[in-house]
Amino acid sequence: MSQNQSSRDAAVDELYAEAGHWQVNTGGETIHAKRVGGKWRVVKWLTSSVWLVFFLGPYLRWGDRQAVLFDIPNRQFHIFGSTILPQDFWMLSLLLLFFAILLAVVTALAGRVYCGFFCFQTVWTDVFTWIEEKLEGPPAKRRKLDKAPLDFTKFRIKAVKHALWLLIGFLTGVGFVTWFVDAYQFWMDLWNLELGTVTLATLGLFTAGTYGLAGFLREQACFWLCPYARIQGVMVDNTTSVPTYDFHRGEPRGRVKKGQSDADRTTGDCVDCNQCVAVCPTGVDIRHGQQEGCIMCALCIDACDIVMEKLDRPTGLIRYESLDVLNGKESRSLLRRPRVWAYGAVLVLALSGIAYGLSSLEAIEIKVIHSRQPMFVLQSDGSIQNKYTVKVLNKMTEDVDVRVTARGPKGLEIIGGETPITARHGKVTPRTLFVRVLPENIVEESAAIRFVGEGMDSSGQTFSSQRESVFIGPK
Amino acid sequence: MAEHNPFPGENNTGHVWDDNLRELANPPPRWWMIAFWASIFWVIAYGILYPMWPTLSSYTKGVMGWTQMKEYQEGVAEVDEVRAEFEAKLQGVSAAEILKDEALSSYTVASAKVLFGDNCAACHGSAGQGGPGFPALVDDDWLYGGMIENIEQSITMGRKGIMNAHGKILKPEEVDELANAVVAGEPASTPLFLQKGCIACHGMDGKGMAALGSANLTDSIYRFVPVDDQDILASVKYTITHGVNDISDPLTREAEMPKFGDRLSADEIKKLAVYVHKFGGGQ
Repeated sequence: MSQNQSSRDAAVDELYAEAGHWQVNTGGETIHAKRVGGKWRVVKWLTSSVWLVFFLGPYLRWGDRQAVLFDIPNRQFHIFGSTILPQDFWMLSLLLLFFAILLAVVTALAGRVYCGFFCFQTVWTDVFTWIEEKLEGPPAKRRKLDKAPLDFTKFRIKAVKHALWLLIGFLTGVGFVTWFVDAYQFWMDLWNLELGTVTLATLGLFTAGTYGLAGFLREQACFWLCPYARIQGVMVDNTTSVPTYDFHRGEPRGRVKKGQSDADRTTGDCVDCNQCVAVCPTGVDIRHGQQEGCIMCALCIDACDIVMEKLDRPTGLIRYESLDVLNGKESRSLLRRPRVWAYGAVLVLALSGIAYGLSSLEAIEIKVIHSRQPMFVLQSDGSIQNKYTVKVLNKMTEDVDVRVTARGPKGLEIIGGETPITARHGKVTPRTLFVRVLPENIVEESAAIRFVGEGMDSSGQTFSSQRESVFIGPK
Repeated sequence: MAEHNPFPGENNTGHVWDDNLRELANPPPRWWMIAFWASIFWVIAYGILYPMWPTLSSYTKGVMGWTQMKEYQEGVAEVDEVRAEFEAKLQGVSAAEILKDEALSSYTVASAKVLFGDNCAACHGSAGQGGPGFPALVDDDWLYGGMIENIEQSITMGRKGIMNAHGKILKPEEVDELANAVVAGEPASTPLFLQKGCIACHGMDGKGMAALGSANLTDSIYRFVPVDDQDILASVKYTITHGVNDISDPLTREAEMPKFGDRLSADEIKKLAVYVHKFGGGQ
């Protein structure tokens, strides 16, 4: 009995000991990461600058309109020379597929590259903390300032910082909105205080969202809000090359002892200086191995290399490496990984689908809906009549006349197609047509019939579109 | 609960049971707590602004005065506003003029669908396909004429065609002969057609008269389609024998379209006429 009791006590103690170690960043303390220079720091600025397209893209013009404009009210999407209507939106799903697979393949090969170098949460947080450092100084000073009582100097510094943050938030909102409304018109409307409610609400949402997410929530968004962080976690495996601490080389870690020669050293290369933790924007310790908080931004590599150089030890104690290689396995070449081929095939498929779609955008598109109630009507002369609704989608910028004809059962007669359909630009124009076929020409219950819409635009360019349907007769 | 904390230095709350079971202080993240309090505030604010809590015989109304009914009416008003433009154009325009205007007739067809469903579909079918005893509106055969004006009149005044029950006048073999001629599509081929006075209503050539609503006997469409296992010949014989709307024969065919002039407004009838005309193209 007592034996039992003591083993149970031991188990409980172990649990609590573990719970004591279990520490997770829930944002109780603001992380003030140190900024050091280095190769990856430069890479991060370069990849971040991709977002300049987000801010400046809307100011590009194409002819008399914005080069890229997602015109929701008119349901038209202008991308340089081409105009895409909702009917062509299947291409969007291919585009989404492309990016989803791209995320998968990059993550499988090099870890959370998106998180570390491209994600808006990372980039905006980086810029926000850069401003913070410029105004408040390095991490130690910032922590001190946070603890200091509010006096005029602190208030001034904080006010400027928050004003700048809000300004960036506002510009982010402007950047977003101007993809959907004309950018130059937007600034005019803003100047004249004539912005619509939707625009204002979007601006407000983005200003507040950017301010809150990049200013306050920061790494907490990656820890607790972002699904991609978790999804990418499972795409990483032992062959994925990610920023990794070489524990074979580093352990046992120990502080540098003054006057000790390298030959006498009993410790590994890690000098336990904690620089890798100090520079980490999410506050993790890379030396614990892969963990959910690591966004794989590689800033710890820079920090560690600086220390190693100072100590005349080889750099790369923290480096891009896969767990397999770290454990002595040979690295497999990219081309010998089936995953790369599978992902690559999907990428190529998606891209070719988009290329095909963009190159084959027709000027008009007709759709034919066969009336089902009733399927067919007996006419007084014994002929069978089917009713169709022909819908003409005009993707051009001018109204055009479209003449609809049909080929199908022998001797068919179209009623209602005598006058051409005036198809309004950017819209769908419907017309009801009747097709009559004499009973002797009806050989099957359901015969194929093909409708053709043709016409010519004002510049003399002809266009046409076809659609299959059925002609139903009695059994 | 222990008087003294036996595990000092541990992040426990001081709540210890059974010597070593204790509650550790791992508070939820601050942002989580903020969201928690914000949602509580949301519920309270919502309860003040909108109807929420049931009371014994009613419910709290909320200070915004929002009701489902009001929101519905706003929606209806919005639709009416869109319609108003077209409805105004429809005023003082004849049905024939509506047909000529593609945009106006599209609107009319769309808006008359409900009218047709409420008033006509019960007999003529939801798409005008007709049914046993009720004529199809989608074909090109019009008993009373398929011009838009005829259709308007049919709806306004109703229709009730009459054909005497010929069972008392004709011998069975005469009925047979006439019926066979009708099914063959050549009613005038038998001399009985003239002798027995069929031509009085159905015309010399048997093509019917729109003014009387008498059926065209030469085409492929029958006013009374056979029901169940009856073949077309038996159906024609039945019609000849018992007539249509002949009160002297209890087995007579019944065919009456009620008048809608006193149930629907002139504008509604105008819309319906256009709707029906569009079914099969009218005349």
